[in-house]
Amino acid sequence: MTRKQKRFAVIFSALGVLGAAVALVLTGLSEQVTFFRTPTDLVTPAAAAQNEGRLRLGGLVVMGSVETLDDARVEFAIEDANHAVTVRYGGILPDLFREGQGIVAEGSLQPDGTFYADTVLAKHDETYMPREVAEALKEQGVWKGGLPGEGASAGDGY
Amino acid sequence: MIVELGHYALVLGLALSLAQMVVPMIGLRMRDARMIAVAPPLTIATFLAVSVSFAALTWAYVTSDFSVRNVWANSFSDKPLIFKFTGVWGNHEGSMLLWILTLALFGALVAFFGANLPSRLKAAVLSVQGSVTVAFALFILLTSNPFERMSPAPMEGRDLNPILQDIGLAIHPPLLYLGYVGFSICFAFAVAALIEGRIDAAWARWVRPWTLVSWLFLTAGIAMGSYWAYYELGWGGWWFWDPVENASFMPWLIGTALLHSALVMEKREAMKVWTILLAILAFSFSLLGTFLVRSGVLTSVHSFATDPQRGLFILLILVVFIGGSLILFALRAGTLRNGGMFHPVSREGALVLNNLFLTTATATVLVGTLYPLLVEAVSGEKISVGAPYFNYTFIPLMIPLLMAVPFGPLLAWKRGNLYAAAERLWLAAALALVAALVMAFVLYDAPVLSAFAYFVAFWLLIGSFADLWQKAGFAKNGLAKGWARLKGLPRANWGTALAHAGLGVTVLGIVGVTTFEDETVLRMTPGETTSFAGYDVAFNELTPGKGPNYTYDRGIFTITRDGRLIGTVEPEKRIYVASRMPTTEAGIQSVGLFSHYYVALGDPPESGEGIVVRIWWKPWVTLIWYGSILMVIAGGISLSDRRLRIGAPQAARRRREPLAANATPEPAE
Repeated sequence: MTRKQKRFAVIFSALGVLGAAVALVLTGLSEQVTFFRTPTDLVTPAAAAQNEGRLRLGGLVVMGSVETLDDARVEFAIEDANHAVTVRYGGILPDLFREGQGIVAEGSLQPDGTFYADTVLAKHDETYMPREVAEALKEQGVWKGGLPGEGASAGDGY
Repeated sequence: MIVELGHYALVLGLALSLAQMVVPMIGLRMRDARMIAVAPPLTIATFLAVSVSFAALTWAYVTSDFSVRNVWANSFSDKPLIFKFTGVWGNHEGSMLLWILTLALFGALVAFFGANLPSRLKAAVLSVQGSVTVAFALFILLTSNPFERMSPAPMEGRDLNPILQDIGLAIHPPLLYLGYVGFSICFAFAVAALIEGRIDAAWARWVRPWTLVSWLFLTAGIAMGSYWAYYELGWGGWWFWDPVENASFMPWLIGTALLHSALVMEKREAMKVWTILLAILAFSFSLLGTFLVRSGVLTSVHSFATDPQRGLFILLILVVFIGGSLILFALRAGTLRNGGMFHPVSREGALVLNNLFLTTATATVLVGTLYPLLVEAVSGEKISVGAPYFNYTFIPLMIPLLMAVPFGPLLAWKRGNLYAAAERLWLAAALALVAALVMAFVLYDAPVLSAFAYFVAFWLLIGSFADLWQKAGFAKNGLAKGWARLKGLPRANWGTALAHAGLGVTVLGIVGVTTFEDETVLRMTPGETTSFAGYDVAFNELTPGKGPNYTYDRGIFTITRDGRLIGTVEPEKRIYVASRMPTTEAGIQSVGLFSHYYVALGDPPESGEGIVVRIWWKPWVTLIWYGSILMVIAGGISLSDRRLRIGAPQAARRRREPLAANATPEPAE
């Protein structure tokens, strides 16, 4: 192999890997991302297609709505200023899941209008409101608090 | 008083690090030997000042001085002593102080152990390191002062976030920081080389031990964090592809690439420019990680204090250091001459391949991590990029890399023989195939895809030893002589083989737990028995009780298999007194050597008719962390290689035993 050929071999294999990576990233980003929705978005969608696939639903847990079903699943409702959506979750709720607190549920919307979640995120830090939830509520004029994270600070030491 | 002393020491540390940054740099410009020589003592003085500051904050925590706002917000007088210590870095301000302590520590280590460094290079390195210390000392003093007092002093503190009251916190952040911040030394060496305009194989030899140290601490830190999340969060997950996890994983990937490219530079003087770039990038990713974690621009499942204003300051630091070093790189990289040509099929070629895949994989992780920010900035749409994306892009890029790993050490420098390497690996391939088939079809009755995944893991695990096996030459030399040859091999060879095998063990654990894990959620009342994944779980009782600063409900479960007792687990649901925060303590029972039976409790019922119990069967899960431990040990072994320990190339060549030289078919270093 000449010097030139060696260089080409390296450059072409690099381009090959990069090309494959770019293809993976582009398809991955178009197919595998999760959109954030508020209860209002789910109840009154601008287009039904917007609520297909995997979604993150964020809002406040309705007071008194948490109920354990017979099959050990949990049912609760998430609300924003205007609407509430019923969520079913098969698992143990995070420690900081509380009624009245902002949480994010990840899963998909069922045809009957309930939301089946496989993941529920509540922060370890009780003063924390998930950022999307805080912003969505602020847009609707409900959230009167400051920005997330203001006040006390507690972190896991990073 | 002591608290004020700590504050004062931190300001002093800022002043000293400012001097550490400025004086040697002027000395280098003016060729003033005295100003150059002052760098090491200044660095050590900075370290001492910062240590005093850290000790003062620790003292405030241990004595529960609640007049200090930071202590009040994160401590409690009844808290066990160990958590009073760990509480120091269990919050934003204290953890930044730990950051800067680590930074100063690494500078001091270079000053202390760098006797054989040329004085100009050493001064330049310490000056760059000083500039990073200045930036972070300013950050702490201006935005996150841990020594702030409050008056009147409260009687009792608000307690440390209960999830952090765990031994995992004692170990995880310091390890992670040693890794994260350790890359600042590589960064300082890279920038110093660019400033001095000189770089050679000796440079790589000085940088490699630091890279290795950082890498092994980062490996340990990430593994520890993963294990901590696994047992403490009670979700049974060991990796979530969460932004905070990615923030530590990206420096690890780049650091791994740097470790390998520095090897090429040390042996062959090739890939100089690339190695410099990687050294800059490794620390840039550490800074980016700090920014992502601290600013809270991305929603994470892990806790952290977020504050946009502080985030902005770190962003500024990030822009100055990354931007500055990359501009310097662009200006100076052209002046660095590249050495040694090589054939694409060679040790260098294999290491280029390694770098290619690792940096590409880092880029896909970076894109996935930052994409939500980009989309929100452009369209206002809020999205999250989670595990599906990362598995989809990262795993396909890793498989070819993992398959190629056993070939690397078998290829000669300059020009290797792929066919000969393959010939030496057929036995490993055959063994891996058999092991994979046994695992997948006999033990678990699994689909074809998981058999392939098992093959990759076993191939990596077994193939990693092919190099040692070949060098020992048991067939040719007999057992005794072969063993003697093995013992005579440079430790770096052992390090390579063990690190690659450790990776194989981790991959095996990942494959095992991903393909065969099982979980169930059910409601149980005391006295009830359920059957799951081939085991019987009896819920004996649910007892309330009281710990030092919390109350708990403890479930006692007995796990049996065909009437044989496997063990008893006691998962708890705790409520911490001061903060009224609940936490879950999972009950974990080891089954066999590597598997776990994992039981977590849900919320106690309001009416007494049973409690929600979540049970996981986690086959082979501990291999994930055993593999990481193996990698860390391998790093340590490699670090103890005399070539790195002695550092100076001439000395190493003179003292090397003839036996080791014979056993290594590498060109003279």
